[in-house]
Amino acid sequence: MQKSLHIDPGKCTNCLQCELACSYDNEGVFNPAKSRIKVFTFHDEGRFVPYTCTQCAEAWCMQACPVDAISLDAATGAKVVSEWLCVGCKVCTIACPFGTVNYNADSGKVIKCDLCGGDPECAKACPTEAITYIDANWTGLDRMRQWAARTDAGSGAGASASA
Amino acid sequence: MAWARKVLRVDLNAGTCTDEALNMDWARRYLGQRGLATKYLVEETDPRVDPLAPENKMIMATGPLTGTCASTAGRYSVITKGALTGAIACSNSGGFFGNEMKNAGYDMIIFEGKSPKPVYLLVRNGDARLVDAGELWGASCWDTEERIKAAHQDPLIRVASIGVAGERGVKYAAIVNDMHRAAGRSGVGAVMGSKNLKAVAIRGTLGVKVDDFAAFMAATAAGKKVLADNAVTGQGLPTYGTQVLMNVVNETGALPTRNHQGVQFEGAHAISGEAMHEKRASDGKSNLITNNACFACTIACGRISAIERTHYTVVDRPQYQKASGGLEYEAAWALGAATGVSDLDACTFANFICNEQGFDPISFGATVGAAMELFEIGAITTKETGGIELKFGNVHALTELAELTGRGEGFGAEIGLGSKRLCEKYGHPELSMQVKGQEFPAYDSRGIQGMGLAYATSNRGACHLRGYTVASEILGVPEKTDPLATEGKGGLVKAFQDATAAVDSAGICVFTTFAWTLDDIAPQIDAACEGEWTPETLLEVGERVWNLERRYNLGAGFTDKDDTLPKRLLKEAAKTGPAKGLVNGLDKMLPEYYQLRGWTTEGIPTNETLQRLAL
Repeated sequence: MQKSLHIDPGKCTNCLQCELACSYDNEGVFNPAKSRIKVFTFHDEGRFVPYTCTQCAEAWCMQACPVDAISLDAATGAKVVSEWLCVGCKVCTIACPFGTVNYNADSGKVIKCDLCGGDPECAKACPTEAITYIDANWTGLDRMRQWAARTDAGSGAGASASA
Repeated sequence: MAWARKVLRVDLNAGTCTDEALNMDWARRYLGQRGLATKYLVEETDPRVDPLAPENKMIMATGPLTGTCASTAGRYSVITKGALTGAIACSNSGGFFGNEMKNAGYDMIIFEGKSPKPVYLLVRNGDARLVDAGELWGASCWDTEERIKAAHQDPLIRVASIGVAGERGVKYAAIVNDMHRAAGRSGVGAVMGSKNLKAVAIRGTLGVKVDDFAAFMAATAAGKKVLADNAVTGQGLPTYGTQVLMNVVNETGALPTRNHQGVQFEGAHAISGEAMHEKRASDGKSNLITNNACFACTIACGRISAIERTHYTVVDRPQYQKASGGLEYEAAWALGAATGVSDLDACTFANFICNEQGFDPISFGATVGAAMELFEIGAITTKETGGIELKFGNVHALTELAELTGRGEGFGAEIGLGSKRLCEKYGHPELSMQVKGQEFPAYDSRGIQGMGLAYATSNRGACHLRGYTVASEILGVPEKTDPLATEGKGGLVKAFQDATAAVDSAGICVFTTFAWTLDDIAPQIDAACEGEWTPETLLEVGERVWNLERRYNLGAGFTDKDDTLPKRLLKEAAKTGPAKGLVNGLDKMLPEYYQLRGWTTEGIPTNETLQRLAL
C-alpha cells in the first residue's frame, strides 16, 4: 500500500517536534532551520499549519531538473534528490509551485522531503496526530467519516421512533 | 555537548560585543540557565548595587537542554537584580527565543553598563552587533517585533523586547518574546529599559548537539510518553491550560479575593478555563481559539484567545480583535479575583495590554486590587486616580488602568510602582500583599499552608514557581499532603525548591514536574551533557543554586525579618471555605525549614552547609 503524509492543521500546536525530528534524521543535529517540514504560524488567527512536499505524481521539480538528480522512489512514491547528482542550479525551486524544495547554502544542494524511506520521522514525532502517514488512496477517510456521521444524524431518531 | 560553550558579552557603555568561552567548571556545578547565570551575576556584581544602575548586569541564559527535542526544551531565563524587589531575579520564558539563542551559538548573553542611546542587539549565528533603536523607542513589544523582522527582511528572526512599560520604569515591567511569552516577574523589563536596551533579535541556524544522541532520543521519548499518559500534562493542561485550576482552587478556599480580603470568589467560574471554552450566546464563538505550545513542548498549555468584537474594550480597535495570548491562571486570578472583576473578555483585554506593553499581569492586577482597597477606605480618592472610581469589581477601572500603566501615564504611573511602594505612599503598608516587594500569585496561604512558607522564603519575593507545593497539597503530586496542616511543610517546601532550581537550570519547563520526577529528568540531562547526572546530583545542584541565591539576597541587605507574610495572612482568619477560621501558621514552619536548610536561626547558611555544597 502506498502511503502519504496527511496534515490536519487543526490539531497542530506549533511545538515544532516535527522540525526537530526531521532535522535530526537528515542532518544529525536539532536544527529547525534545516527541516524539510515547516510549521507556519498565522498568529492573528490562532492557526498553525505544518507544510511539506506532497510528492506530486507528475512532479514539477523532477521534470525541471536538468541533470535528472530527482527520481521516483517506487516503493514510497517519494521524489528523492540525489546529493551526488544535484548541481545546485535551483531550477527545481523555481519549478515547484508550492515552495517545498529549497536550496541549502551549506551543502550547495537542494533539500526536500523524501518520506524518510517510508517511515517519516515527523509523523512519529508529532504528539497530536496533526501529521500522520496513511493510505495514500484514503487521506480523506477521517474527514468523510465526520461528515458521514452528521449526514446520518437523523436516522437514529427515526429508528427509535419506529421501534 | 548540549552547552554551546560560548557566552556573548555585550558592553553597552562601549557598544561592543565579545565572545568568550563558557566557564565549564561552573557549568558542571550549576548546570545552566538559572543556576549558571546566577553564578556569573554573583561573581561579577556587587549585590548592594541599585537594580537600575549601569553597574547591575542582566543575563539572558539558556539551559543545556534548550534547543533539543526534549519536551518543553525551549526555555530561557533573565537573571539580574530585580527592579521590583531589590532581590535576585530570575524570570523564565518559553516561546521560541531560547531555542534561537542556542542555535545562534550562545548559552548566554551578558549585558553590562548602559547604552548612551536606545539600541537593540542583533545576533545572527555568532555575529552580534548593536543597532540604533531610536525609531523603536516608544513602540510596543508587538510593534517592535514586527518592525525588526521587517527591517531585516527576515520573518524568522525571534525577538525579545520591552514595551513602553519597560522604558518608563514600571517596577514590574516584563521582557516579552514571540508576542505573548514573557520573562514576566520581578521587573526584569525595567532593568532592560534602564540600560537603553529596547530588544534582542536573534536568528540562529547552527543546530544543537547532544553528547549521546542514541541515549538522548530514547530518554526523551520515554519522557514524552510519561507526559502524554499523565492526567494533568496529557489532558488537563492541553484542554484548559493552567486555568484548569481556577474552580479547583476556589473550592479549596484558597483563591485570594479582593486584595486577599476573601479566599473564595463568587465570579470564579466566569473567568475560569471552563468559561473560556463556553460558546457565547451573541456570536456562537468561545473566548478560546486554540491551545498552543512553546518550542518542543508536547503539553501545549498555552491559550490563544480572541475577544468578542462587540465588547467595549475592542469596538473600533481592530488591533485587539485579533487572536493573541489568552489568560493563564495566575493572570486570570490577578486581573479578575484580586480586583473583583468577573468579565472574561475584559480580563483577556487587560492581559493583551500586559503583553503588548510588557508588564507582569500578576503584579499589575494585585496592585490594582490594593489600590481598590485604598480607595474604598478613603486613603485615595478620585483626585489621585484622575477621576477613576476605583472600587472593587469596576471593570472599566481595570482596563483603563491597564492602558495607563502600560504607557506610564496618569494614575497608571502610580500603579506601576507596585503595591508595596503604592501602599507605603498612601500610608497603609499593611494593605500591600507581597513578600520582598513582589506581589503574591494566585494561592491564598491560609488555605494552602505550605505556600505561605514557600512565599516567605522565595528568593525572588512572593512566587508560586519557586516551590509549588500546591502540586502536593491540592493535586497530590508526587504525593498528597493536607493543605490545612503545617506539619512536615518545611521539608516539603525545601524539596520543591531544590528540585525546581535544578529544573530551571536545565532548559525545560517546570510544568513537566506535574508528571516528571527527577528520575525522569536525570536520564535526559545525562544523555545530553558530558559528566554524570543523576537525580541526586540534580538535587545537589538545586540546593547549591538555592543557597547561592540566598547569599546574594543576604548580601543585598535582606534578613530573616524579610522571610515573612503580610499581617492579613498571619492575623485575619479565612472567612469561608475549608480554611475558615485559619491563618497561615508560618511561625510553626519557618524554624524547621531553617534547620533543614542547614541555616542558623537567623536564616544564614552555616559554614558547614556552605562547605557541603562547595560554595
